[in-house]
Amino acid sequence: MKRSFPLVFAFIVGFLVLLAEFIPHRPFNDLISTLENWFMIISGFAILLGQISLIRVNSQIIAHKEENWQYHLAGMISFALMLIFGLLWGMREAPGLLGSGESFVNQMGMKPFDYLFTYAYMPLSATVFSLLAFFIASAAYRAFIIRGFESNLLMITAVIVIIGRTSIGSMLTGWLPESLRFWHIPNLADFIMEYPNTAAQRAIMISAGLGIVGSSLRIILGIERSYLGGDK
Amino acid sequence: MTSFFTTFGIWLSALFTISIFSFLYKDNPLYKFSEQVFVGLSAAYWLVNIIYSIMIPNLFSKLIGDFSGNLILLIPAALGLMMLMRIHPATQWISRYPIAIMIGTTAGISMLRYMKSDILNQVTATMINPFAASSTGAVIGNILLIIGTLCGVYFFYFSKKQEGFFAVPSKIGIWFLMISFGATFGYTVMARISLLIGRLEFLLGNWLHLIK
Amino acid sequence: MKISSSTERKIIYSVLFIAVALPLLFPIGWKTDVSGYTRMAYDLIEESPDESVVLISFDYDPSTMTEIQPMAEAQIEHAFKRNQRVIATALWPMGVQMAEQAFSSVIKNYPDKQYGIDYVNLGYKVGGMVTIQAMGRNLSEVYPADQGGTPYAELPMLKGINRLKDLAWISSLSSGTPGLKEWVMVAGDSYGVPVTGGCTAISAPGFFPYVNEQRQLYGLLGGLKAASEYEGLIDRIGPATMKMDAQSIAHLLILIFIAIGNVKAYVSRRRVAQ
Repeated sequence: MKRSFPLVFAFIVGFLVLLAEFIPHRPFNDLISTLENWFMIISGFAILLGQISLIRVNSQIIAHKEENWQYHLAGMISFALMLIFGLLWGMREAPGLLGSGESFVNQMGMKPFDYLFTYAYMPLSATVFSLLAFFIASAAYRAFIIRGFESNLLMITAVIVIIGRTSIGSMLTGWLPESLRFWHIPNLADFIMEYPNTAAQRAIMISAGLGIVGSSLRIILGIERSYLGGDK
Repeated sequence: MTSFFTTFGIWLSALFTISIFSFLYKDNPLYKFSEQVFVGLSAAYWLVNIIYSIMIPNLFSKLIGDFSGNLILLIPAALGLMMLMRIHPATQWISRYPIAIMIGTTAGISMLRYMKSDILNQVTATMINPFAASSTGAVIGNILLIIGTLCGVYFFYFSKKQEGFFAVPSKIGIWFLMISFGATFGYTVMARISLLIGRLEFLLGNWLHLIK
Repeated sequence: MKISSSTERKIIYSVLFIAVALPLLFPIGWKTDVSGYTRMAYDLIEESPDESVVLISFDYDPSTMTEIQPMAEAQIEHAFKRNQRVIATALWPMGVQMAEQAFSSVIKNYPDKQYGIDYVNLGYKVGGMVTIQAMGRNLSEVYPADQGGTPYAELPMLKGINRLKDLAWISSLSSGTPGLKEWVMVAGDSYGVPVTGGCTAISAPGFFPYVNEQRQLYGLLGGLKAASEYEGLIDRIGPATMKMDAQSIAHLLILIFIAIGNVKAYVSRRRVAQ
């Protein structure tokens, strides 16, 4: 029963969504509208669940003094700090439990929560991802090696696109006469993106789309039930 | 005049930026510290946003403002609380109900939207008259578009063994995919470099004031 | 002389660092061509009626803001130039802050534009595709208030705007899921609202199939280059334009790395064969 009832629920809501698409009238459209709003609220709780799990995992690491526990402690302190700031004085325009923290705004130029976001979260987030620039440069040197016809295709396309999407590409072949404009590198890059790339991406899209439609149907019909977890 | 807090904030940003970059030399305590601070701040940001952007306006404000008129909202609230039951192994099964509702809704909507946007509309966009294009380049392009799409889909069709004559479209499909992966690599280079430019602009401009 | 793999890596990192830093310190001012996809996105906004209400969804976070923030600023400025009124929403929580920063940057040149009358920041909502579908039915149900708590009905520019269909165009500036794909699928294909957008360069190749005769997507801004092209179209010397020199030099360097890597691989293959 612990597994069958949820499956019935999934079937009913999935079927209702499909039905409402083909009969967009009362009561189906109202039902779906309500369901969509519920979805948003439940999703909020799902994210809350994710945060609680994160706290639990980190607390265990700290409590058992596992390897690198000090760093996890630092993570939890920053979590607590940002959460407390957010709850007490709010964020952006939204006031918190103790108001909008006008004295902080006067001194710091913004609320404490927004200050942490601007000067700690933003640089951290942007820098973590910018590391990938170095790794891709290293990968280009080590792994982008011509080995056969197919890797040649990959290499030629990559080179045209890398040059074509810069000012250098525009300058290199900018002198070509109008009749040869097709061979102007940025135009060549655009051609690759517009036709061969679109063809391949469309094939991926159609194939993946078929897969998604198939698995959605399996979920609605209760054939796919792995999302419910174990048998307990 | 720049306030103390702005200057302090910029130095803090610079410290975090350099700490993360220090990983390029080797893994070190400063990087590990910054990484965990990032995780902590990120999680708290999500949590606070969920409270102010979803829970308060879409649930609590409505219930507080007009409780009897919004009684129905107690159902998603209850389902949300049931979702939290997942934390404890003994009550984990209760969370299956809200999960089933979310998965069922997502499956229904995804099925419809993917069918229309990623299958029907893509097939329609491929069924074009290639010779109706205005230039020779576009005519060649359209022919490539049709052949590439058909051969690409054929390549992903695994139900039949592809050998001999039947392997030819598959091979052509792979060529198109290789071209696309090459283009994607080119774009990936562009994306990654842009992010690095952003950070260096901060370090050289906002922090060191070397950029005019 | 044999260079160890670790030293080789460090040399690559250092050279890249210098190659990106130098053009930032000493700008060159190279020009770029405008691609058809960028022009298509520009035309949609340019040809939409003045005074119409439009929506820009900020579906990204600070990790990709170098690429996408210039697009946001350019599109807001373009809309303001056309006297269009802009609603900002976000499918990513950090998008709200990104929207706020973009507005405060553009508003410096448009001091007469007022919050609630010319632009509004409705904030973040979770749920992706399902939420967009709900917005298509009733915007105020999804957004009972803006992110500052002002009720939907009290925001003057939202009078008469009840659902997505009432908007002239939608632009999703996206760096992942949920984002542009969901807007195309629901707002574009399901509700018939013209959708354009921008994305990180890395995800751009996957969006090209949507730019077709069905008009699923009206043009596409892919990465910093497209952002700089857009800035050029609206005569704005913005953050993207200023970064294009560094971008070009770094691309050239990557090509040099590829070439050296291939020569090295060829030499070692020859050595093994001998």
